[in-house]
Amino acid sequence: MTRETYINAALSLLLVLVPFWAWSTGQAYILTLCTKVAILALAGVGLNIALGLGGLVSFGHAAFFGIGGYAMGILASHAQTFDPIMDWPILIEGTKSMPMIWLVAMLASALAALLIGALSLRTSGVYFIMITLAFAQMLYYFTIGWPAYGGEDGLSIYVRNSFPGLNTLVPVQFLILSYVILGLALLFSARLARAPFGLALSAARQNADRVETVGIAPYRLRLVAFVISGAITGLAGALFADLNRFISPTMFSWHTSGEIMIFVILGGVGRLYGPVAGAALFILLEHLLGGVSDYWKIFLGALLLAVVLFARGGLIGTLAGREVAHG
Amino acid sequence: MTFLLFAEQMLNGLQFGIMLFLMAAGLTLVFGVMGLINLAHGSLYMIGAFAAAAVAGATGSFTLALIASLAAAAAAGALIELTVIRRLYKRDHLDQVLATFALILILSEGTRWVFGSFPLYLDVPSYLSGPVMLPGGIQYPLYRLYIIGAGLLLAVGLFALIARTRIGIQIRAGEADREMIAALGVDISRLYTLVFALGAALAGLAGALVGAIQSVQVGMGEPVLILAFVVIVIGGIGSIKGALVGALLVGMTDTMGGVLLPRVFALFMDPSAATTVGASLGSMLIYILMAVVLIMRPSGLYGST
Repeated sequence: MTRETYINAALSLLLVLVPFWAWSTGQAYILTLCTKVAILALAGVGLNIALGLGGLVSFGHAAFFGIGGYAMGILASHAQTFDPIMDWPILIEGTKSMPMIWLVAMLASALAALLIGALSLRTSGVYFIMITLAFAQMLYYFTIGWPAYGGEDGLSIYVRNSFPGLNTLVPVQFLILSYVILGLALLFSARLARAPFGLALSAARQNADRVETVGIAPYRLRLVAFVISGAITGLAGALFADLNRFISPTMFSWHTSGEIMIFVILGGVGRLYGPVAGAALFILLEHLLGGVSDYWKIFLGALLLAVVLFARGGLIGTLAGREVAHG
Repeated sequence: MTFLLFAEQMLNGLQFGIMLFLMAAGLTLVFGVMGLINLAHGSLYMIGAFAAAAVAGATGSFTLALIASLAAAAAAGALIELTVIRRLYKRDHLDQVLATFALILILSEGTRWVFGSFPLYLDVPSYLSGPVMLPGGIQYPLYRLYIIGAGLLLAVGLFALIARTRIGIQIRAGEADREMIAALGVDISRLYTLVFALGAALAGLAGALVGAIQSVQVGMGEPVLILAFVVIVIGGIGSIKGALVGALLVGMTDTMGGVLLPRVFALFMDPSAATTVGASLGSMLIYILMAVVLIMRPSGLYGST
């Protein structure tokens, strides 16, 4: 067991104990906050595959987060009004079933990631950062100007979508659902990093020329990583929309991309639990400082600056030392 | 569409492009010379606008307001370069993006703390307000012409500075080979501070000039920042010429797209739908332009690979 494993275990324990305490004392608000942490961490887990493992600095993951959110919004709003999405050439109806919505959200964001990735991965460095940003901005302006689903004002979904056997409107049940999904994503991410694919991807980040020399095309590795990454972030978007029962173009804004990146960096780039630690810290700060001052983002900014300048490796990197889990 | 409206929109596009150039010039210089992505450039634009609005409110002089915007943005730029930015030159782009994103949070919330959440207004002085008649019977606001003129003058000045002066030679040498000019005895860290402050001053002035047309508020720099990035990416990062071409291209595309597309769609759609679809496609257009340019030329129009 390395130090990082202990830290991860402690963090998992904390993330279970806090909601348990909140549930036993009946504080629904804390439960919602923990759910939010899990969902935002999931978005970070998605980005971490591209960013930490693949070294792809995507400044446009809000695109996938938003697509996931809008997949939920579109399906649920049509189910709400019993108005089919399209009736020609085939009948497609809306749905309130979470598994179906998740599937659509992941497929749609994976497809978007395939298109965006295929074009963006032709560039590198700053150009990659900026072209991913540009694609997210395109979708942002598209949703603002698209009146069918609320345009700039966004769209409310009145009842949370359903999951077989659960009452998702009970905070603790939705929390458990989000935790399970986050757990599965972390498991997947850990396996991926150790699989031949993950090792090759890591190698391509460290030295693309050598990887090419042994006969593996970095472009394809990166594209697959980008697609997986986008699909996970898209799933997080669908869950986030369900948490708030609201979607709006803000999900696509570049602040969202920045915040998902912040989760990953605050926690530690390329660390398995980095996004979890980062999202938890972010929400904790928002909750604690937001109560103290309206200008809490000054402190967030200062902390972020301090992490970038002095605590490279983020929270987990600082606690666990310089060894890197993802190789 | 009439010729008059078309000509007026062309001038609007030109004015917008010139403003974008003032923003993009600083960004591209800082990237070219120091290799730094500065997301906080939009905050310097905002600081310039706030300084101008505050000084104009206190003294009533527009000229003093513009001088204040230059001074405040240059001072703020030099300060953040000395305290934060210079630690980032050797870092990778990810660290730079995050640290300057953090600076945006600090500067935006700090400005909100000092000036409050309500927008300020900066009035166009009386001697620059009102329309003028241009050849061809075009009526156009004098102030916008003033912006175009001032911007063009600054662009010429900047090109002269880069091409003809000793500082300009050092800046160009810094882009080509930093170790070499340091070895030749140029104080490289002073040069970096100077370049950063120069870019900041241009952004601050752009903020003040635009602040007189729009309202001065927290967050005003962000849409412009993103557009300025689109500009330098299209033009090729580090190239001043690319920034000028990119700025005019983006300014024109954005303005003309917003005006022309709804009319094009109106040819085959009902008018209200054409307006919404056209307008949203219009604001997507520059990002589409950027994506197309990058796909054809992965390092921009004038970028070196």
